Parts: sequence; C-alpha cells; structure tokens
Amino acid sequence: MTAPTYDLGRLHGGLRLPGHKEASTREPILDVPIPAQLVLPIEQHVGQPAQPIVGVGDRVLKGQPVAEPDGEMGVPVHATSSGTVVAIEPWPVARHRGDKAPCIVIECDGLDEAFAGPEIVDYRVLEPADLLLRILDGGIVGLGGAVFPTAQKLMQARTCKTEFLLLNGVECEPYISCDDVLMRERPAEVLGGAQVLMHALQIETCFVVVESDKPEAVARLEEVLADLGDDRIVIKLVPTIYPSGGEDQLVQLVTNREVPSGGLPTDVGCVVQNVGTAAAVYDWVVRGEPLISRVTTVTGDGIANPTNVRSRLGTTIGDIVGRTGGYTDRAHHLIIGGPLTGKTVSTDEVPVVKATNCVLAVARSTYTRGQLPCIRCGDCADVCPVQLLPQQLFWHANADDEKKLRDFGLTDCIECGCCDLVCPSHIPLTASFRIAKGRIRELADEKARAERARQRFEARNERLERERRERDEELARQKETAKTAGPAAIAEILERRQRKHEDDAS
Amino acid sequence: MKFELRETPYWSARTNVASTMLQVLAALVPAALAHVWYFGPGLIFNLLVAAIFAVAGEAMMLRLRGRPVGAALGDYSALVAAVLLAFALPSLTPWWVTATGALFAVVVAKHLYGGLGFNIFNPAMAGYVVILVAFPMHLNLWVAPRMGDIDYQHLTFLQTLWFTLTGGLPDSATFDAISRATPLDVMKTGLNNMATVSEIRANPLMGDFGGRGWEWIGNFLAMGGFWLMIRGIIRWQIPAGVGLGLLVPAGIMWLVDPGNNPSPGFHLFAGASILCAFFIATDPVSAATSPRGRLVYGIGIGFLIFSIRTWGSYADGVAFAVLLMNMAVPAIDYVTRPHIVGHGRGSASDE
Repeated sequence: MTAPTYDLGRLHGGLRLPGHKEASTREPILDVPIPAQLVLPIEQHVGQPAQPIVGVGDRVLKGQPVAEPDGEMGVPVHATSSGTVVAIEPWPVARHRGDKAPCIVIECDGLDEAFAGPEIVDYRVLEPADLLLRILDGGIVGLGGAVFPTAQKLMQARTCKTEFLLLNGVECEPYISCDDVLMRERPAEVLGGAQVLMHALQIETCFVVVESDKPEAVARLEEVLADLGDDRIVIKLVPTIYPSGGEDQLVQLVTNREVPSGGLPTDVGCVVQNVGTAAAVYDWVVRGEPLISRVTTVTGDGIANPTNVRSRLGTTIGDIVGRTGGYTDRAHHLIIGGPLTGKTVSTDEVPVVKATNCVLAVARSTYTRGQLPCIRCGDCADVCPVQLLPQQLFWHANADDEKKLRDFGLTDCIECGCCDLVCPSHIPLTASFRIAKGRIRELADEKARAERARQRFEARNERLERERRERDEELARQKETAKTAGPAAIAEILERRQRKHEDDAS
Repeated sequence: MKFELRETPYWSARTNVASTMLQVLAALVPAALAHVWYFGPGLIFNLLVAAIFAVAGEAMMLRLRGRPVGAALGDYSALVAAVLLAFALPSLTPWWVTATGALFAVVVAKHLYGGLGFNIFNPAMAGYVVILVAFPMHLNLWVAPRMGDIDYQHLTFLQTLWFTLTGGLPDSATFDAISRATPLDVMKTGLNNMATVSEIRANPLMGDFGGRGWEWIGNFLAMGGFWLMIRGIIRWQIPAGVGLGLLVPAGIMWLVDPGNNPSPGFHLFAGASILCAFFIATDPVSAATSPRGRLVYGIGIGFLIFSIRTWGSYADGVAFAVLLMNMAVPAIDYVTRPHIVGHGRGSASDE
C-alpha cells in the first residue's frame, strides 16, 4: 500500500469555488424504487444512436438489451427493469441540441425479473480483446458526464503506447457529489474496476486521483487498497481547484504532460476513466449486471432534501425528486449536470440517463445587472485552465473573424465557464464561444460542401470536355478514313455497278 | 413541473465593473489628501470640475448614441477618467481648462471610439494632451509645496476657488509669488543651462529623491497601487514594466555620467511616473491585455517617459508615452499571445 501523494504537475488558472457539497453528502445513497414507467433514450452515449431491437408490446427483462449499437461508435441500451414496451417515441431529454429524442418507454411490472446475460467468467483468463468486447456488451460509457463508450476508448488506447490508467475521482464542479459518495460506499467496486481496466489495457500503473476535499472517500479507498494489496494502484490527492477534473487537466495535473491540441490523453500515454465507470465495469464483468442504474446527486436550494440517489436509468427526474421529498418553492431553474457545465431543461419529465451525474434545482438566477462591454481587465485570462485569452476571443467572436479565432485557440476552449465567473462585465463568454465554435464548424462544413460541389462541377466539365474531344477525334478519324478510303470505295462501287450492268446485259 | 431555461454557467459573478472602478478611486484617496496638504485645495476643485463635465459629457453621448444612460453612468468609468485627469493638472487650473480636457476625454477619446471598452486611447491622457496643446501656459502654474522651510505665498481656500472660477488671482498675489516650476522643469532648465545635477538639486524644491511634497504624494500613490495589486484589480506586469523601462535606462545613464543625468530615484519620484505606473498605464481598456504583453507595454511606456524627459522638449512625457503605446497595443497583444495548453512547449511560460 502506498500513501496518498501530492507530487503534481502545473495547471494554469482555475478557481477555488465554494463546493456546496455538504448538503448532499450527509446521508448515504438513497435507493429510488423502480417507477411505474421507464423512459430509455436510444442515444445515451457519444456516437450513433443505438437501434431498437424490441417492438411495442414486447415483454422485456431487467438487463435485457433493447437497442443495439449501430456502427462503430456506440453501445447497447438495456432495459433497466422488467415490463412491457408501450411506446417508442420522442420524449423530452436533456441534451445540447433539440428538446426531444427517440425513447423506448417501458411500463414496469414491478417484478424486476432479471435477464439471463452471458456467463460470468474470470476476467483474468480472458484475452484483453475479448474483455473489451464484453465491456462493450455491458452498455458502459464514461459516467463522468461525457458518456464516451468505454470499450471504444479502451480499444483506441490499446493501439497506443499507454503507461498510466488514471481513475478520475476529482469531482471538481460545485454541488456534484455522486463520485464522492460512490467512493465512500463502494470503494471495493471502484478499485476492482480499476483492476479489470488494467487487465484490459495491460497497464501496470493506476493512479486513483481524488480531490483533497474528500478525506472520507480517500480513507475508505485506502482501507480497501490495503486489503487488496495491489501495489500497482496508487492514490493521489490533488488540490480542490475547478476544473482540475477535466480529462486533459487531470492528465496535466498528475503527469505534468500536456495533451496536445485536438489530441487525446493516449497521445501522452494516459487513459482516464471516471471512478463510477470503473465501478460499472466491475459490476458488469464480475457480477454480470450491465449499466442499468447510476448514482445521481439531487441538490440545490430548490430541493427540499438534497441527497445522492441510486436510480434505474430511465426514471424521470420528477419521480426521483418526489422520492427525495420534492422541490422547495425556490425551484426556478432545473439544471442537468453541474451549475457551470450543465444544461437547463424546461421540464422534469426528462429521464435519468447514463450521463446524469447531477440534478440541480435552483432559485431564479441572481444576475440582475445587465451586461457591460469588456474592459479587457484580463481576469478571464488569469483563470483560463487552457491559458487562452478569452477577452481577445470574445472580441474576435463578435467580429466573426474565423482566422483570428483559430489563432487565439477557440477550438482548445473546454467550456469550463471559469471566465464567466470572474468577468466584471458579466459577459456570457462561454456561451458566445459555444456559438462561435458552432459557426466555425458550420463554416467548415459549408467549405467542404462547396469544395465537393466544385470538384463535382470540375469533374463534369472534364467529362464533357473529354467526351467532346473524343467525339471530335472520332469524327476526324472518320473524315480521314473517308478521305483516303473514299476514292477507292467509289471506284469499287462504280466497278460493281458496271459489272452488274454487264451481267444484266449478257 | 415546468422550469425556466437559461444559459449556464449558473453562478453569480463576484465582481463588477463599478466595484473595480470604485476601488481604483478608493486607492487614490490617500494620495489626494497628500496632494491637498502639499499643494492646497486646488485638486478638490479640479476633481469637481472634471467629474461634472466628464459625467455630463458621458450622459450626453450615451443619450445621443441611444444607449441606456443610467446603467452606463453607474459603472463609474467616466469618473475614474476625470479623477486621473484632475490628478495630472496643476492645483491652480481654471475651470474651462479642466472642462475642455474632461469633455475631450469622454466625448472624443472615449465615445467617438465606441464607448467603454472600445477606446483605443487612454481618455484621461488624451484630455491632458489637448490641454497641453490648447492651454500650455496653464500647465506651468504649479504652486510651491507647503513645507515648513519654504517660504512662499499660499492661496486660501476661497482664493483658490476664485481662481478656478475666474482664472484671476487676488490683488495681493502674483503668479511669480505663488507658482514654482515643477522639479522636472527645474532639472530640465538647469541641465539646458549647463548646470550639473548636484547644483540643480541644491534647489530647495528638491527633496530626497524627487521634488519635495511630490515624493510623498508618490509614496501614497504607490501605497494605493500596491493595495490595488493585492486586491487583484491591477496586475504587477504594467507597473513593473513602467519601472523597468524608466529606471534601467535612467540608471545606466546616471552611472555613466552622474553629472548630467538625474538619478533613477529622481525619475521615479518626480513628475507623474508613479501615478502613471499604477493608475494611468493600468487602464485595462487601452492597455495590452496578455500577461507578457502588459510587461512589454509597461516597458515601452517607461522607456518613452525616460526618452521624452531626457531628449524631448517637454519636461514630463507620461501622456505622450501612454498614447504612443496605446497605438502599439493590438500588435503587442498579437505577438505576445500566451502558450495555449496542448500546443507544445515552444514558447516560454508567460508568468
């Protein structure tokens, strides 16, 4: 066993924010009973939406795949309890584009009858490649909020030279505490998952990285690690600074290596997995339970009893909040995710999905003063973890100057929101960068489309030209033939006619 | 249940422009009191005149431009420009001189360029330069500092007010009797007249480093400046840059030829060096905005101040130095972009 260490890399900027985590960590995780109805979006991960493999009226069991991945990037979706499929229809969800997405709606029968999944085998005897396929079948994605399919992430990592597995227990965004309570209550699953992942990756070093404001979680992890006696796993403490839990930031903090712009942690020999993901991997590979539930923090001054809940995926936010004791009369905005990077939704009919780490009900926004022009104070540049100059980016975003936006690193912005928090002019910087990024993408698409159209047009012109040339050449050849062959042919015809004439005469 | 949508981040900002500006004003209070102590109540009237005209000009321009007047006045930025201008003027300045500078600062330098956040030039310094061009004689009317052993005539509160309103002195006083050249003027004139630095410094107006009275105001300005730095309102780069740009060449020249070059201490504590380093050059809108850029910007200003004082025809060069470097800001900001994380370690860290 190794004691927690503090040897850290350098991270620029960031903010020490009030955590607001005490309220939700006072009580143990609350298990939310299976609701009457489950709503399972077919798109709960990065990549192509899964395709439903059940129809309306089918009976499904807990853990039974109801949608299969379509294409290279994707994972299956499992029924999270037993019941009958009553609809496959658009339903309100929390996502960045559009309000509704296709969902499989299951009416639960309350029996919670389990599906007989594949036979559990000792993962240590599995080839890493087979273990990856198994992880894929569990529907497991990154549970830190990014929901990148875990199997694909590991497969990509297997193609690179990787040294370190980083288990991300740095839950740096205020209010969110689901990883903290998970580490407190299920440290064995977290570390067990780390061992599975290390086998899958054939990596010999794993850092479990936890923020210094989670002493209880660290103590529990240490106890379990001492029992495990696995000296490949090291617990590392990092200071409580937002956004040190961002994937690239975590790599930089722990290894002092910068993930290259547009690259992945694997480019610098690291693979990052959320602690919740590790526990989910353990539950599936060792216990045979696919990803059908998760821990979600339900908190904010709009929630009567802030707490962490474990609920089946597909349970609506309304059901969950009802189980915790309901809203207070201050609930005005409902945020899915953290206060800084989350997204507000207009209704609590949205279901908990694999990405839902936090549900935040808050009072009306306290911004009363309007936005002022940027005074170039540079506070935003001081806190930017990527060392951008948000004040300059904002200027160029307003001018829609694509080249300058690229020069000043717009695409490197991680949208952590630190700049918004310190801006004395209250400019919504992150939102404007989100829009500018979208526009750059559009512009690139448009360019690509125009380029394709141009290529098609040129190809057509070339073809027409070639055909014309060929026709001309053919014509010329015929003419030429006619020129040389002509007199002889005429002579022959005349001769033939003459002969015929003579024959007739005789 | 239904909820209202909004953009994230959901968080209340901890600062606002108004509080930033108010802290700048607060940091000037000790220096203002010292100023009044040494040079009489003139500063108070200058402050009032500059503030009234700057704020009125701001309100007028906002109205003409169809912008909400109340919110923009509430950011106190016009007030800060007015106060800095007033600090740069002699304590005896007729109201129309101050008003011209204040109006030019706000109307032309600020609002014709787009208002708060868009002005290329430091408004206070633009206003000062207009006064320098239009009313050069009024910038020479510095009264002698009130020191026990310097026996000059001082104007009373009412006499100062009278001068501010009418530009006239009471019958009992003449300009010769009340006004004195600034230490920088004394130095420049002396050096032009082939006097050595030590001879010039024998003048009773000269203090330990700069001019008497002046250097104490400088101390209080620096105190306010450091307070702003601790509060995070300004950063170290610009003051340090101005100091480096001014003191390094001054130090070299002084070491080479101390007879004909005043010491770095004199450069620092005479004229508006400290005011410039902490309060004028640090105006964020017209300054460079990247961390390394700020250092470059500060060094440029410091060096220009030194150059103008040493080889120029003006005694002090703060206003010109700031305005010249204002012009260089876009270029500085472009070439001093910090190393973006993930783009290789080619460029050095900027802090």
